Amino acid sequence: MSGSALVEIQGLSKRFVKTLDLAGKLANKLGSSIREETVHALDGVDMTVAKGEVVGLVGESGCGKSTLGRIVAGILAPSEGRILYDGRDVAALAPAEAKAVALKAQMIFQDPFASLNPRMRVRDIVGEAPLVHGLVTRGELESYVDEVLLRCGLDTSFKRRYPHQFSGGQRQRIGIARALAVRPDFIVCDEAVAALDVSIQAQILNLFIKLREELGLTYLFISHDLGVVEHISDRVYIMYLGRIVEMAVTEDLFAAPNHPYTKALLREVPRLETRHSDFLPVEGEIPSPLDPPRGCHFHPRCPHATRRCGEEAPTLREISPGRQSACHLNDGV
Amino acid sequence: MGTDAPALKVENLETHFFTKAGVVKAVDGVGFSVERAQILGLVGESGSGKSVTGFSILGLVDPPGRVVGGRIEFMGEDIANADEARMQSLRGNRIAMIFQDPMMTLNPVLRIETQMVETVLAHRKVDRAAARARARDALGQVGIPSPDERLAAYPHQFSGGMRQRVAIAIALLNDPDLIIADEPTTALDVTIQAQILHEAQKLCRERGTAMIWITHDLTVIAGLADKVSVMYAGRIVEAGAIDDVLDHPVHPYTKGLIGSVPSRNKRGAPLYQIPGMTPALLNLAPGCAFRERCPRAAPACLEQPAPSEPVPGRSVRCFRPYVEAAS
Ligand SMILES: Nc1ncnc2c1ncn2[C@@H]1O[C@H](COP(=O)(O)OP(=O)(O)OP(=O)(O)O)[C@@H](O)[C@H]1O
Ligand SMILES: Nc1ncnc2c1ncn2[C@@H]1O[C@H](COP(=O)(O)OP(=O)(O)OP(=O)(O)O)[C@@H](O)[C@H]1O
Ligand code: SF4
Ligand code: SF4
Ligand SMILES: [Mg+2]
Ligand SMILES: [Mg+2]
Repeated sequence: MSGSALVEIQGLSKRFVKTLDLAGKLANKLGSSIREETVHALDGVDMTVAKGEVVGLVGESGCGKSTLGRIVAGILAPSEGRILYDGRDVAALAPAEAKAVALKAQMIFQDPFASLNPRMRVRDIVGEAPLVHGLVTRGELESYVDEVLLRCGLDTSFKRRYPHQFSGGQRQRIGIARALAVRPDFIVCDEAVAALDVSIQAQILNLFIKLREELGLTYLFISHDLGVVEHISDRVYIMYLGRIVEMAVTEDLFAAPNHPYTKALLREVPRLETRHSDFLPVEGEIPSPLDPPRGCHFHPRCPHATRRCGEEAPTLREISPGRQSACHLNDGV
Repeated sequence: MGTDAPALKVENLETHFFTKAGVVKAVDGVGFSVERAQILGLVGESGSGKSVTGFSILGLVDPPGRVVGGRIEFMGEDIANADEARMQSLRGNRIAMIFQDPMMTLNPVLRIETQMVETVLAHRKVDRAAARARARDALGQVGIPSPDERLAAYPHQFSGGMRQRVAIAIALLNDPDLIIADEPTTALDVTIQAQILHEAQKLCRERGTAMIWITHDLTVIAGLADKVSVMYAGRIVEAGAIDDVLDHPVHPYTKGLIGSVPSRNKRGAPLYQIPGMTPALLNLAPGCAFRERCPRAAPACLEQPAPSEPVPGRSVRCFRPYVEAAS
């Protein structure tokens, strides 16, 4: 599988430094010692996405999903680590090549409204990038935009309208059309259906599946909704506080999770089939990434934690073919 | 007025907004009942009238909106026509509401303690020390660690999930008979959501509190509720016991909605798609509001379907429900 990897991420880390605000600086002048805080949004993440694959990325709020997505899509620079696109280190490419690679990876966001320029007509939102990047000529543009809109289930008569004239589902389709217009191979969907009503969510998920089949697209599908991820992904990564804790083929992961965090998470997924359940939640809060727990990040909430867990971070390693997990329990203690 | 009256009974509730552009029939003939210790799921998509239904029960609809018709009986008492003084003595006391955003309940500039003690004192003749003890117990009840110390904190010192738990604790303070929860877990992570659902369930089981759980998420209702009412465009289109409705929906909208939810046995396959989108409620045309999207629509559907009982224990607004004998 690594032979046909479209995207490979090695040792990716990202730190955000929260610079001091004015009040903090003043307080320091007056003798207190308020330090700049560092958020470890990503901590040594490895990931591969094979050509044509749909890879799910799941984790709770603030664990670093969007940060990873933005780095992979080329919108944000990592603090450490490498990204290989089609086997080539993206950071080492010549400018022209780097630009071509950047177009091949596109991102679709949660809030379709915020990501669409309110003063641009649909025709320009969808048509601008392909024209600028010379993918189509001005003469071909109209019919090209029509083709992309139709593919995304939008009426071509919408071309002259502005984003505010559309419903949430239609706006998400416009966002998808804009991404597709530059003929990408790889699409990062960041909570792309989270803001939509159930019936509209189903329409958009079906569209993603159809586009994948028609255009051979590869997806990194980021979501906190395990039901949606299970539905659409071939393989799933589970993230907790900036680290990958488990990876497996979707069926295997949902049938028999290995990591205690994955187990807790899957137990809590509300499902249509689950009736009159007895909710028995995981104890404790999600810790702050400003001050993550030592050792295994999950140890304050883990029912199996031992002393070792509070001291030594478990490494993510293959525990059976096609499955990786980061938990000391797998050492057979 | 007997003790076996349901905790809440709503009949034919109509709440309309009289806007410049026309009348918005946000709630248009809604009815349901909730027994003690029972959880009713009120489910529907955005704009279907769920929140307005909740506000109407509490007497909190602001102009240009107005409750224009229907009966609301709380523990056998007609409260649709109660005066504001009576409603104030019920709100936060016998009936409590929990909102999606806990800051609707919490005052950012007051310590948790101040808000909780005031809420107790507003409805009970006890001294401050007793009110404080009650507040501490309520925080403990929703699983806030070291409640005695946390009482001194301000809302911003809590995480989102903790804040929602504090809002629930405030709702519990006076041991209400009915809690109306409006999407209180929608913004929360799965593990935190489960903590809140756990508290809700415990309350209902241990104290006999009746609950209306408002949500757009059928999967949450599936695990939590005893019965469900499905709302579409201001009306309840299907209602019944949770298992019956989810396993054998008969209204085309309910069936479509259930088919839209990703679930185990449909993995990777296309989901059922309800075509089109929900209609705007402003000047809604007469007839069945689902008509434009319905695969079973027929000329009869140009009329408004009244609630009927095509299968025992089920209330359905549809001329052509999916019932074996009829189809
Ligand atoms: N530009 C930034 N500056 C400072 N901190 C940031 C920045 N972007 C993200 N962070 C922090 O990095 C961490 C990871 O954020 P990220 O948005 O990647 O999480 P997420 O998993 O996408 O969460 P959510 O599910 O809420 O979208 C968070 O603690 C966040 O506050
Ligand atoms: N002040 C108002 N003026 C005019 N219309 C209103 C007003 N408040 C609510 N409405 C309308 O009433 C209808 C029902 O709104 P409501 O907030 O109850 O929906 P909901 O089912 O709670 O939706 P959501 O899931 O988005 O919270 C909507 O169509 C809304 O536009
Ligand atoms: S390493 Fe220890 S604390 Fe972490 S998940 Fe495994 S058992 Fe739990
Ligand atoms: S009344 Fe007619 S249009 Fe409405 S849901 Fe039933 S069959 Fe469909
Ligand atoms: Mg995010
Ligand atoms: Mg609402």
